[in-house]
Amino acid sequence: MSVKRLTAGIMAALTAVFGYSVSALAEGRLGVPKDKGLWLQEAANEQASRIADFNLDLMWIITVITVFVFILMFYVMIRFRAKANPEPSKVSHNTLIEVIWTAVPIIILVVIGITSLPLLYYQDVVPETKFALRVTGNQWNWTYNYPDHGGIEYTASVVPDSAFSNANERADYENDLSEFLGWDAKLNARLLDTDLRVVVPIKTKIKVQLTASDVIHAWALPSLGVKLDAVPGRLNETWFEVNEVGTYYGQCSELCGKDHAYMPIAVEAVSQEDFDKWVARAQANYADAATTALGR
Amino acid sequence: MAHADPTGWKRWVFSTNHKDIGVMYLWFAFFAGMIGFGMSGLMRMELAEPGVQFLPEFLGITENEARHMFNVLTTGHGLIMVFFMVMPALIGGFGNYFVPLMIGAPDMAFPRMNNVSFWMMPPAFILLLLSTVVEGAPGANGFGGGWTAYAPLSTSGHPGPSMDLAIFSLHVAGASSIMGAINYITTIFNMRAPGMTIHKMPLFAWSILITAFLLVLSLPVLAGAITMLLTDRNFGTTFFDPAGGGDPILYQHLFWFFGHPEVYIMILPAFGIVSHIISTFSRKPIFGYLGMAYAMAAIGFVGFIVWAHHMYTVGLDVDTKAYFVAATMVIAVPTGVKIFSWIATMWGGSLTFPVPMLYAIAFILLFTTGGVTGVVLSNAGADVPLHDTYYVVAHFHYVLSLGAVFGIFAGLYYWVGKMSGRAYPDLLAKLQFWVTFVGVNLIFFPQHFLGLQGMPRRYVDYPDAYAYWNYWSTLGYQITAVGVLLFIIVMAYTLFFSKKKVGDNQWGEGANTLEWTLSSPPPFHQFNELPKIK
Repeated sequence: MSVKRLTAGIMAALTAVFGYSVSALAEGRLGVPKDKGLWLQEAANEQASRIADFNLDLMWIITVITVFVFILMFYVMIRFRAKANPEPSKVSHNTLIEVIWTAVPIIILVVIGITSLPLLYYQDVVPETKFALRVTGNQWNWTYNYPDHGGIEYTASVVPDSAFSNANERADYENDLSEFLGWDAKLNARLLDTDLRVVVPIKTKIKVQLTASDVIHAWALPSLGVKLDAVPGRLNETWFEVNEVGTYYGQCSELCGKDHAYMPIAVEAVSQEDFDKWVARAQANYADAATTALGR
Repeated sequence: MAHADPTGWKRWVFSTNHKDIGVMYLWFAFFAGMIGFGMSGLMRMELAEPGVQFLPEFLGITENEARHMFNVLTTGHGLIMVFFMVMPALIGGFGNYFVPLMIGAPDMAFPRMNNVSFWMMPPAFILLLLSTVVEGAPGANGFGGGWTAYAPLSTSGHPGPSMDLAIFSLHVAGASSIMGAINYITTIFNMRAPGMTIHKMPLFAWSILITAFLLVLSLPVLAGAITMLLTDRNFGTTFFDPAGGGDPILYQHLFWFFGHPEVYIMILPAFGIVSHIISTFSRKPIFGYLGMAYAMAAIGFVGFIVWAHHMYTVGLDVDTKAYFVAATMVIAVPTGVKIFSWIATMWGGSLTFPVPMLYAIAFILLFTTGGVTGVVLSNAGADVPLHDTYYVVAHFHYVLSLGAVFGIFAGLYYWVGKMSGRAYPDLLAKLQFWVTFVGVNLIFFPQHFLGLQGMPRRYVDYPDAYAYWNYWSTLGYQITAVGVLLFIIVMAYTLFFSKKKVGDNQWGEGANTLEWTLSSPPPFHQFNELPKIK
């Protein structure tokens, strides 16, 4: 059995055991943080589950290491306290043990690295796809553009706190959102909901192209395994895919000034059919002349 | 004049005495630390429950102003704790006081420069404090761009003079640190007592030597980076502005080329202190002395080639990220050597547990806890959901707040008798340790959960799902505040009221470095005849 397969086997076993205990903690609605949550938000696609699995492996490894150090320390503190051991030994060298505690961590790190790097390349290499989404970070909202769908362009801003304490205001926001989407939508959470949402079809690889108009922002969707900076003067690329219909939330993750906490991200994932309907609707209202003129 | 005993204000203001300057550094760090701690208190109180209510009420400002104020507080807290608390305490304070004593030198190599190093710190600190009361972001006072001061938020994002004052503050503090570092390197290389070869030198002196090299090599890069910020802001250059061919990411590379060594600058002296304490209270020589010294050197060296692990989400090339993953994980190896060597030092020892030992043991346990989450974060793949979340905040506070700061506490309790000649009240000090220990863990452990659930850092308000662990974290802060109050009482009692004198060697046969051969407090000038080391 090759080292790689052996490692994969060990990792799979660890994941299974620890995953069983942690899956109980991770239960919750897809796409939103969970009240009193202890672990990662539930993964909603392949990327996020691979990240979660790897994090679980790491969690196991670091827990074992930490517990080992703690036990060792407490054992030493009890066994060699002055009362139990009045005469200290004078040993200050032991080549074998020094080699062991250098070599064993190296082996552990190599094992981690073997799993880490394939995941990194899987996340980072953007697959071939016909669906691009352009995202521009602004102080303090996000502008979305669909270059492959006639250059639909609109800006999504946070729903203010007041809408969550005032039923009328909330209804207004929900009406506008439903009007924008073409189907009934409800607001879910303070500081996570935006007035308009990013609409994407499920089971489609979506290439995200990020930039910013003023300062650096970061476009993050924890349950979809995405986080990438939006940097002025640069075009960063990443990708994601959504498995299930639903609303997925994220928040700006690079300090961008006063309202850094008030520019969330809400992705509405729908069936291809619904998406096509939405595109037809949105093209009428939000087509951006500049993008359309460029042909993409 | 050279051997006079100056008195009054001249003794302090004109001081060229390493012990007096060390003491001034410690007091400076104490006052700056109180302000930094107070700022974190304002933040934790604001985050105690969802919504923005504490800051507007407490400071009498609008909610809108409070959002910016929160960012000013995170920025101020970070800068103060790094540049004006941890570094002055560990390097300027303990370094100045104990490096010459430990290596058997009469003073530092450049005593007058030592004076300049210290006296540049108060002006630097005043500049930083001033920056919070002049305009930063349009229409708001103070710089709220984080201690990292990423462009363009620190250029076009904060057009007011606040950022310029912060830049000057760092220039002055940086110059002070560079001069200090030059002083340590020269002192340690040239002024060791006869017979004290570099391989017999105490580990604290080793740690300061390596730290000094890190300072000399990294701070000029920071100085360059913030000077470029300054010219971008005021003189029309575009180093970090894409509109003129510049790149905001260049700033991050420069900043973290300094910033990563900086975190080792903060932790290495604590490593040194902890080594002495563990050895003293185990009544055993340090296990694997050479391994310990060269592990620090290795950490210092590798610390220079891992900086971009702070930048996994900026859009680096995937191969670049792969390199930084591998390089970063390497640091775990020498760090592991240190942890295991400390435990091996205790193994077979005859352990007693006075307060400095409690802090040293807590340091090892909590530094391990913070270190292993660093291994998680070092993996660019696993980092995606954790980057810029509270998981990172928990990680670096475990290694710095519960690491470096515990190192400072440990050093203070270990050496306060030597420095003042008076014994600290043992029972109260033990209480102080336990309250602080419980408090800080309650602040930072729940932040792992918040980060894993995705709560971004530097947020003045958060979705309601994060309320539960934030509440516990704030409760932890309140307990820690009691610990800090106890710390002030313990230290004030020791310095001003304690009647109990300590002898030359407070800790018995385990304490065998040269400072314990001198009186407590040591004479104004020591080692007029150099000690001979066998």
